[in-house]
Amino acid sequence: MLKIEETTVVHDFSPHLYQQFQEIVKRYPVESAKAALLPILHVVQAEFGWLSVDAMDKVAEYLDIQPIEVYEVASFYTMYFLRPQGKYMLEVCRTGPCCLVGAEKIMKYIEQKLGVKEGDVTPDGLFSWRGVECLAACGFAPVLQIGPEYTFYENLTEASVDQLISDLTIKANN
Amino acid sequence: MGRKLLLEHINVPNINTFDVYRSKGGYAAVEKALKTLSPEDIVEEVKKSGLRGRGGAGFPTGMKWSFLAKPEGKPRYLVCNADESEPGTFKDRFLMTKIPHLLIEGMIIGSFALGAKTSYIYVRGEMMPQIRILEKAIAEARNAGFLGKNILGTGYDLELYVQPGGGAYICGEETALIESLEGKRGNPRIKPPFPAIAGLWGCPTVVNNVESIAAVVPIIRDGGEEYAKIGVGRSTGTKLISASGNLVKPGIYEIELGVPVEEFIYSDEYCGGIANGKRLKAVVAGGSSVPILPANLINKTINQEARLMTYESLSDGGFATGSMMGSGGFIAFDEDQCIVRNTWNFARFYHHESCGQCSPCREGTGWMEKVLHRLEYGHGKLSDIDLLVDVSRKIEGNTICPLGDAAAWPVASAIRHFRDEFEWHVTEPKFCLQRNYGLAHYADPLPKPEPVAV
Amino acid sequence: MSEIVKVSIDGIPVEVAPGTTILNAARQIGGDVVPPAMCYYSKLEGSGGKCRTCLVKVSKGSEKDPRPMPKLVASCRTTVMDGMEVQNITSPEVIEARKGIVEMLLINHPLDCPVCDQAGECSLQDLAYEHGAAKTRYEFERRKFERVDIGDKIQLHMTRCILCYRCVFVADQITDHRIHGILNRGDHSEISTYIHQAVDNDFSGNVIDVCPVGALTDKTFRFKNRVWFTKPVEAHRDCDKCCGKVTLWYKGEDVLRVTGRKDAYGEVEEFICNTCRFEQKKTADWVIEGPRNVSNDSVISSNHYGSLNLPPVVKKNLALQESNKEQLERFTRL
Repeated sequence: MLKIEETTVVHDFSPHLYQQFQEIVKRYPVESAKAALLPILHVVQAEFGWLSVDAMDKVAEYLDIQPIEVYEVASFYTMYFLRPQGKYMLEVCRTGPCCLVGAEKIMKYIEQKLGVKEGDVTPDGLFSWRGVECLAACGFAPVLQIGPEYTFYENLTEASVDQLISDLTIKANN
Repeated sequence: MGRKLLLEHINVPNINTFDVYRSKGGYAAVEKALKTLSPEDIVEEVKKSGLRGRGGAGFPTGMKWSFLAKPEGKPRYLVCNADESEPGTFKDRFLMTKIPHLLIEGMIIGSFALGAKTSYIYVRGEMMPQIRILEKAIAEARNAGFLGKNILGTGYDLELYVQPGGGAYICGEETALIESLEGKRGNPRIKPPFPAIAGLWGCPTVVNNVESIAAVVPIIRDGGEEYAKIGVGRSTGTKLISASGNLVKPGIYEIELGVPVEEFIYSDEYCGGIANGKRLKAVVAGGSSVPILPANLINKTINQEARLMTYESLSDGGFATGSMMGSGGFIAFDEDQCIVRNTWNFARFYHHESCGQCSPCREGTGWMEKVLHRLEYGHGKLSDIDLLVDVSRKIEGNTICPLGDAAAWPVASAIRHFRDEFEWHVTEPKFCLQRNYGLAHYADPLPKPEPVAV
Repeated sequence: MSEIVKVSIDGIPVEVAPGTTILNAARQIGGDVVPPAMCYYSKLEGSGGKCRTCLVKVSKGSEKDPRPMPKLVASCRTTVMDGMEVQNITSPEVIEARKGIVEMLLINHPLDCPVCDQAGECSLQDLAYEHGAAKTRYEFERRKFERVDIGDKIQLHMTRCILCYRCVFVADQITDHRIHGILNRGDHSEISTYIHQAVDNDFSGNVIDVCPVGALTDKTFRFKNRVWFTKPVEAHRDCDKCCGKVTLWYKGEDVLRVTGRKDAYGEVEEFICNTCRFEQKKTADWVIEGPRNVSNDSVISSNHYGSLNLPPVVKKNLALQESNKEQLERFTRL
C-alpha cells in the first residue's frame, strides 16, 4: 500500500479547483451532491497527478461525506491513482481483440524501451506504463491512452511508440 | 448497399458541429416529437419499431419505456449508458466522437417521452475526449434552444449532463451504473426493485445504450413502422457492428439486420475477409461475453442454413451450436490464434472487472483465470478442463448481475467447441508455447445431421 | 391487497404478511427448510443478497402468474407472492448450487479453524460441514492479508473474511459514523480503514457479533478459550447507552466474554454497547438471569445441561426410568 511518506503528502486546493467543484455539484439535486464524487476526483487527479489521502479527505469535507466513502470509491475504480505515477502514464489495452493483433508485443516493447516494470516510474519521473482492460477501440488495435486528457494512440507499432515517447520527452523538457 | 440510418451522414465534414448536423436534417425529429407527438405517441412509435436494446440484452426498448413507473411528485430520469467496455465493442465511442448530436437528439426525444426533466449521459471515464465532445455539443444545442427551459417554445424543460465513470466494466450493468452515478462503488443492486420503479436516487429511471437512444431519432423521424420494415422478423432496423480482430477492414459497420454472416465477413462492403490471406478459425459474434463459435458454425447453423446477423439467427441452436447478438462486437480469429490463450485473456478480464460483491463471481472468476493460465502455459492437467466447465456452471445464473454469466459463457463455450485444443495444451506442453494448434478441423464443413430413424 | 399471503416452502404451507421475504417465511416454519444466510441480517437494513448461499428455486411464481422463476433467487431478498411455491432442500439444483457457493467461499479461506476464536460458533464452519466437499479442488495459493487492530479491542483478520458487508452496515446504521469500509474490488476487496485509524465509538464492538466468521474478533477474548468450554449465561445490567441485555460466557467463575444475545439464526436480539461488552467482566457487574438455552445441534451444548441422548443406564434401570419420564418420552418420540 502507501509508503509512509506518501500518507503525509499535503495537497492544497486552489480557489479555481473549488470553483470547478461548484460547477459539477450543480448538475445534481441538492441532497444528492455525493454524485459529484467521481467527476471531482477526476478533476483533483488531473491537478495533482494522483489522489493523496489529504486530497481525498478534502473532497470528503467538501461533499460532506465520510472520508472512507471517498477511499472506497477511489479504490474501486481503476482510473484513480492512489500512488504517485509518472507524468505520462501509458495505458496499453491488453484485452482479447488487441492481443489478436500484437498488444502483448507492444507492452513488452514499452517495458524494454522505458526500462521499468509495469506500474513503476522511470527515474526521470516522466513515464509509467501499465496494461489496462478493454478501452473500446478494438477496431484500431493495438491502442494506448495517456491521461489526464486521455489522448488516444491507435494502430500502434514499435515505430509509433518510439515516436510517441520521444515527442513526449521533448514536450516535457520544454 | 444497406440502408444507413445512424451513419448516413457520418462522412460529411464537421458533422460533429450543430450547424452541419442541423443542415443535414438533424433535430427535425425533436421538432416533430415535441410539437406534434405526445409522450405516449413516442413510446408507441418506439414499440412499433421493434427496436431492441443495443447494449447487449436485446430487450425491446419500447417495452422498457412503457414499464416506467409514474408516481406523483417524483422526478423521473433517463440515463444513457455510454460505459462501453465490452471487449470487441467500440461503436458507442465511434458514434459519440463522430456524430454527438445524434445522441443528444435521441436523449431529448427519450427524455420528453419519459417525462424526464434532467437526464444524464454516463460515459466511461477513459473517454475524456468524447466527454468534451459531448459537452461542447450540449452547449451548442442549448444555444440553439434545444435544451434548457421551454424548448422550442413547447414549455418542455430539459437539462442534460455528462457524467464520467471511473474505470469499471461493471458500470455497464444498469444498476451498477446508477450506483456509480450516485457517487458510490459500482456494485450492482439486487433486483427487484428494477430501475423502472426505483432507480437513480430511488426515482423511476430508464437506462438505455447509446445506440438504442440514437436509433430513436430515425424511428421518430420516419415512423416506427418504417423502421420495422428493415430487418428480419423480430430483429428490426439497423445495427452497428464493431468488427475487430484479424480482418482486412476492421471498423464500425451499420448493417441492416439480416445480412448473412458470411457476407459480412468476406464482402468488400464490410470486413473484406480475413487479414493476410489467412483462414478463419473462430468468431465471437457479440462481444467477449457471448459464446465463441468455430468457423464451421458461424457461417452456417447446425441445420446447414446460412447464419444471418439477427438476434434469432445468431442464437440459433442455443448454446450448443449457437451464440448471441450481444452488443455487436464481432471479433474474428485467424488460424494462427490460440483459443486457450484468448480464453485465458477473457477470463483475466472478467476476473479483473468483477466487483467482488457476490461470492461465486468474486472467487470463481479468479479461479478460472488461474486454471486457464496454467493450461495456457503447459502446466495443466486433463482434469482442469472439466474443472473449468464445472466452475463456470457454478457461477452461471447464481450471481447478482449478469457479469457472472458473461464470465462463464466464454470459458464454457471455448471448451465446448475447442476441447481438442485445450487437451493438446495438456498433452503437448512443450509445443503449446512454441507454436499454435492451428486451424485443425474447425473450419471443416459439418456433417449433415443423419435423419433420425423412426 | 390481502393481509395474508400463502406460500409453500418444500411443500410446507405457511401464511405470512405481504412483503415478507422467502427466507423469513421459511424462518417462520423453522427447521431444515430454512436456507442458510451468511450475509443477510434481519436487523441491518439493506443487508443480504451477496453471499448467495440462501439461493432457492421458485417453482411457481404466484397464483396469478404461476410461471417458475428462470434462475435461482436469493431468498433473503425476494419477497413472497400469494401462491408462491419454493423449493429449498427438496431441489437438487439448489443443493448443487449451494455446494458450489460453499466451495467458492472456502477456496480463499484459510481453514484455520483450530486456531480461530470463532470456531464452534462460525456460520461458515456450519455451512461447510453441511454442504461442503471434504476435499478442495483449488490448487493455488490462497489470498492472505496481514492482521490489523482496528481499535484496541477489535482485531481484523481479513484473510478469513467472506465479504458479507454486515460490519459495514453496522457502522452505517448503529454507530455515529463509519471509519472502515470495503476497499478495492473483485477478489482484492478488503475491509479496511485505508490509513490506520481506530474504529472507536460506543457501538463498534457489534461488528464482532455480526461477523459470520472469525474475521472480526474480540481482543479481550482472543485465545482465552474455545467457546465450547465456556458456559453461556444470560444477564443484564442498567446501562445508559444500550439495553444492557447480554450473554456472559463463563469459564469456571470468570467471565471471559460478553456478547449480545443471539437467536437461533445467530443474530443478536439487541445490539449492546462497548462498555457492556468490553469493560464489565465481573459477575458483580451483572444481574444473572440463568443459563442460556443452547441448541442441541450446537457444539457449545456438548458439555452442558441436559443432553438429548439419555445415558444408557437410564434405559436399564426402572427407578431411573420413572424419574426421567419426560425426557424418555421425548427421546422415544424422536
